Amino acid sequence: MKANQFLDFEKPIIELEDKITELNRAAAVQNVPVDDEVKRLTEKARKLRSEIYSKLTAWQYVQLARHPLRPYTIDYIREISDDFVELRGDRAFADDPSIVGGLISIGDKRCMIIGHQKGRNTKENIHRNFGMPHPEGYRKALRLMKLAEKFRRPIVTLIDTPGAYPGIGAEERGQAEAIARNLREMAALRVPTVSVVIGEGGSGGALALGVSNRILMLEYSIYSVISPEGCAAILWQDPAKNRDAAEALHLTPKHLVSLGVVDRIVKEPEVGAHRDLSAMAAELKRAIYEELNYLGHVDEAALIESRREKYMKIGFFTEDSP
Amino acid sequence: MSWFKRSKKSLKATAPKKNMPDGLWQKCQYCGEILYIKELEKALWVCSKCGYHFMIGTDQYIEILCDSGTFEETHTGIRSVDPLEFKDVKKYSDRLKQSMSKTGREDAVITGFAKLSGRDVVIAIMDFSFMGGSMGSVVGEKIARAMNDATKYRRPLIIVSRSGGARMQESILSLMQMAKTAAMLAKMSEERIPYISVLTNPTTGGVTASYGSLGDVIIAEPRALIGFAGPRVIKQTIGQELPDGFQRSEFLLEHGMIDMICPRDGLRDRIGDLLEFFCVAVAATPSEADKNEGESSAVS
Repeated sequence: MKANQFLDFEKPIIELEDKITELNRAAAVQNVPVDDEVKRLTEKARKLRSEIYSKLTAWQYVQLARHPLRPYTIDYIREISDDFVELRGDRAFADDPSIVGGLISIGDKRCMIIGHQKGRNTKENIHRNFGMPHPEGYRKALRLMKLAEKFRRPIVTLIDTPGAYPGIGAEERGQAEAIARNLREMAALRVPTVSVVIGEGGSGGALALGVSNRILMLEYSIYSVISPEGCAAILWQDPAKNRDAAEALHLTPKHLVSLGVVDRIVKEPEVGAHRDLSAMAAELKRAIYEELNYLGHVDEAALIESRREKYMKIGFFTEDSP
Repeated sequence: MSWFKRSKKSLKATAPKKNMPDGLWQKCQYCGEILYIKELEKALWVCSKCGYHFMIGTDQYIEILCDSGTFEETHTGIRSVDPLEFKDVKKYSDRLKQSMSKTGREDAVITGFAKLSGRDVVIAIMDFSFMGGSMGSVVGEKIARAMNDATKYRRPLIIVSRSGGARMQESILSLMQMAKTAAMLAKMSEERIPYISVLTNPTTGGVTASYGSLGDVIIAEPRALIGFAGPRVIKQTIGQELPDGFQRSEFLLEHGMIDMICPRDGLRDRIGDLLEFFCVAVAATPSEADKNEGESSAVS
């Protein structure tokens, strides 16, 4: 495996797996019995992996959420169904490729699916702007949500962005307004909405697709008000403190569930989403389907009311008794 | 060659140094004019020479916007509990204590009932001197409650924003206050309660990207810095200098992001006029409006 395709802490596992592959290859060529050894090494790799993954630091969660092999929105869309029809453009300025959206069947449910899209290599990343949308991306997303609402189709959003793009054009065209409007409009949608953080949940740029009835996170994804790097630069005035910042920001799924922000964690395959796309996609599809199934029985008014209630409850403070 | 002919401008201090007795004079941060504080106060802290709007306190906005003596503070006694036990180079709990003793406030916003040009309103004013006016659980909750009051009592809402954005020390909880306040605004909108957003210097990040940008009418003070990302972040990202006047009120007006720029001394009248327009329409169904026609007390 190429060096830039695994993280430092994954290295011992990768080495063991390479050894197993090598053994199997040798066995095939020379017809030597290696089954016992392979079995032993496989077990060893599994143990090592579960040991490493059970003790991940917050920063390692960040690294996994940004893993170069981590599946992106389009990867999941392809696995979930082959009937996806992409719809493009905000009807006002441009089509923003850092957000993709369109019609899809999830099991027997016809849905609108919308997600941030990162690039796999430099060329793709330039096209996708590293998954950092401009206002037109959020306006496209809103257009598609309104379209789904009109035809009473549920909406699924996949969140994976470092954040909304901070640039001159973005400000000129109202990045803040585009995000703010999405928050307000999503809060009032008359159809079931399910959001899943599949990688990086980067601040307002993530939230602009994430005001939903149900908020899910993949096991090794993150969600935060600011990137650890940004936080370290501002509060510690030292970008090298990103590990401390990651810890302090409580950005892992477990933390977010305990804070009452996230409703459900979707388990990743033992090897992580980045090393078993089809297993991950199947699990994701199952989780989304369950949520849609449940929300499908809730009437329109209750959908809006319970969604608003959910957000009204978020936050911690003390209050003097009057 | 023009290079050699160019006359060299002699270096000079940007503003002549003057000795100022403490508390009597104030230098304009924009044009450098030395201003007599008593005059400046009378002018609502607007430079008489260049029109620069000094940052002012929350109490001053109450004076400027509310009819004298009508402001009644609501939702007091709500304080942060440092839910994440956040610590960078300093503990969040210490930062909170410091800000509380410095400002005498419990967090970065106050809310209340008041009259504005004779009309009952709900008003929220953010306080930049409390941790940069940042929004955490307390600010989000108080803003949401003010919105709830506006809806419940059918009074127009005015929010004066100035904020560095979501408060990092409460991480995701701060981010979710954007969703909370926006969700309440969706309800207010359905209930047809007018909301005037007043953006003052500076308003960026999570406040601009939630209720700040969602006013039925958005008014900005002159030359206020208003944007999503801060100028420093943008400069770092794109690696070039930012154009003059970028993210200032005038820039936002030109790009269609705000309705108007209004100097401080005209704010109350302007908001009063807007509410006059909206509230008559809100208060009544067409038949009631017919009935009310001719009645002089058509105040909300």
